[in-house]
Amino acid sequence: MTLLSVRDLRVEFATSGGVVTAVDGASFDVDAGETVALLGESGSGKSVTAQALLGIVPKPAGRVCGGSISYDGRDLLAPGAAKGLRGREIAMVFQDPLSSLNPVFRVGAQIGEMFRRHRGASRREARAAALDLMQRVGIPAASKRLDDYPHQFSGGMRQRVMIAMALALSPRLLIADEPTTALDVTVQAQIMQLLTRLQSEEGMSLVLITHDLGVVADVADRVVLMYAGRVVETGPLREVYEHSAHPYTSGLMASVPALDGPRDRLIPIQGSPPDLLSLPSGCSFRPRCQYADAVCADVEPDLRQLSGRPTHRAACHHPEGALTHAH
Amino acid sequence: MPAPVAVRRRTRAGSARIRFGFAVIAVYVVAAAIGPWLFRYDPVGTRTADRLKPPFTRLSDGSFAIFGTDQVGQDLFAQMLQGARISIAVGLATLVLAGTIGVTIGLAAGYFGGWLDGVLMRLADIQLAFPSILLAIFIAALLGPSVVNVVIVLAVANWVTFARVARGQALATRRREFVDASRTLGAGTWRLVTRCVLPACVAPVLVVATVEIGHVILAEASLSFLGLGTPASTPSWGVTIANGRNYLADAWWISTIPGIALAFLVISLGVLGDALRDRYDPRLRSL
Repeated sequence: MTLLSVRDLRVEFATSGGVVTAVDGASFDVDAGETVALLGESGSGKSVTAQALLGIVPKPAGRVCGGSISYDGRDLLAPGAAKGLRGREIAMVFQDPLSSLNPVFRVGAQIGEMFRRHRGASRREARAAALDLMQRVGIPAASKRLDDYPHQFSGGMRQRVMIAMALALSPRLLIADEPTTALDVTVQAQIMQLLTRLQSEEGMSLVLITHDLGVVADVADRVVLMYAGRVVETGPLREVYEHSAHPYTSGLMASVPALDGPRDRLIPIQGSPPDLLSLPSGCSFRPRCQYADAVCADVEPDLRQLSGRPTHRAACHHPEGALTHAH
Repeated sequence: MPAPVAVRRRTRAGSARIRFGFAVIAVYVVAAAIGPWLFRYDPVGTRTADRLKPPFTRLSDGSFAIFGTDQVGQDLFAQMLQGARISIAVGLATLVLAGTIGVTIGLAAGYFGGWLDGVLMRLADIQLAFPSILLAIFIAALLGPSVVNVVIVLAVANWVTFARVARGQALATRRREFVDASRTLGAGTWRLVTRCVLPACVAPVLVVATVEIGHVILAEASLSFLGLGTPASTPSWGVTIANGRNYLADAWWISTIPGIALAFLVISLGVLGDALRDRYDPRLRSL
């Protein structure tokens, strides 16, 4: 069952250099209980997509100027629609847990605030509920730490607090924007395990935004790859990882070190992400692509289903190139 | 590790100045609070036998006038204690009123931005461009002299500083990630402003308030000196100083001693405000 459906989403930002299309016609679905990874480099539009889902695109610079987002049959882009769902139905976990917690309130009060605000709980009930949540997200000595301030927690513990707040009202969709990027590697795995465990306990859907293919590999059901504001490849995790059809995807795979694989030299993707103010004509990945030809310069590739793979789609004129090259 | 803690404690900015400022202000506040009970002051009493006695004089009724007496034989010390009460009360009430108005306007302007910000801040610019003492005289002349009117006048003249500081903090805070995080977890505008943005304003506003209270007390004295502040029956320091003006050649103490007391309080408040700013202003912290 499709819980979230994004169609042709366009988000523009007015900058001093002109109008930037941060998200340019992105489409994807998230099913109930599913984990979808939104992958891409910085500036690929993945975080802006998440902001659009929650209706928090920075105003007045940015605005959603096209497409549709429907959540459980409701139009999220309608005025005020997202506001009522935030926290209750859709919650979000941010990249940097220190800057996303209010520095002037104790964490127990911050978590409890969710219950006080939305459920009308009393101070005692909220405190008990906060304690319960802190134990569920694995904060040791939770009863002592209720009255600590965010700066007294380590990075991983802060992220657990943030997750506790996000889960307080049992949302059906959790958006995690680079939830482990600001954390130590050892802690990253713990946080990902926590997220997946809570996800299966709650039966909620998870949209995982990251640039880290390793994080995704263990948890995601499907991946959506974004480049320069467009979705360039989407499909089930295994399929995309093992038979990547877009040169950008295979380039990403080749640039990640494998701990258990052969120690080949890493192959970086040549060039740098495009300037969104002056995108190349046709396919925006063209200048960095080894398979690019005249067609790529003229025609912008659509997201097309790959032959023989009903759920796997890529936006490339020469998907065979990447397919035959890799693996 | 005790060593780093000790080092950090020693380098905390302005501890000595903060302690000095608080100590002086505490003396004034205690004097204003309990002084008038210990040294009775009768605003309409006159004792012609004891007129214009210099400091350290024993009066006809056997009491000792440490600061001397004024032109109608009132004990100057008792009068100053009473005046301290009025000056400090007017100062605090003005700060509360100006601070409430200013912070509200500043938060609204900074958080919502757009045309509201434009309108409110142009209003503040107009207020700043107009000489505040002239405005105060104008309003005081319209409303007539009374303690409440002085507070209103001074609040109107002083809200802009608070508005500017609160606006700056609101602008800096509203794009912080925890505000977005609170919003994604369902917080409404009112909650975001009161729980996220307002707490960030508290420290800078308190610092501004310590500096401003000196100005306000001085302004109240100026207004009273000009006859537009508190009525003669409520002897604020400005009134006492004004009364002594005609006797400066014969009885210097009537104007001078309240003047020194006023100057010392204002300087202490200024020192405290500066020290608090040094400690809490993040831009200065790295220096």
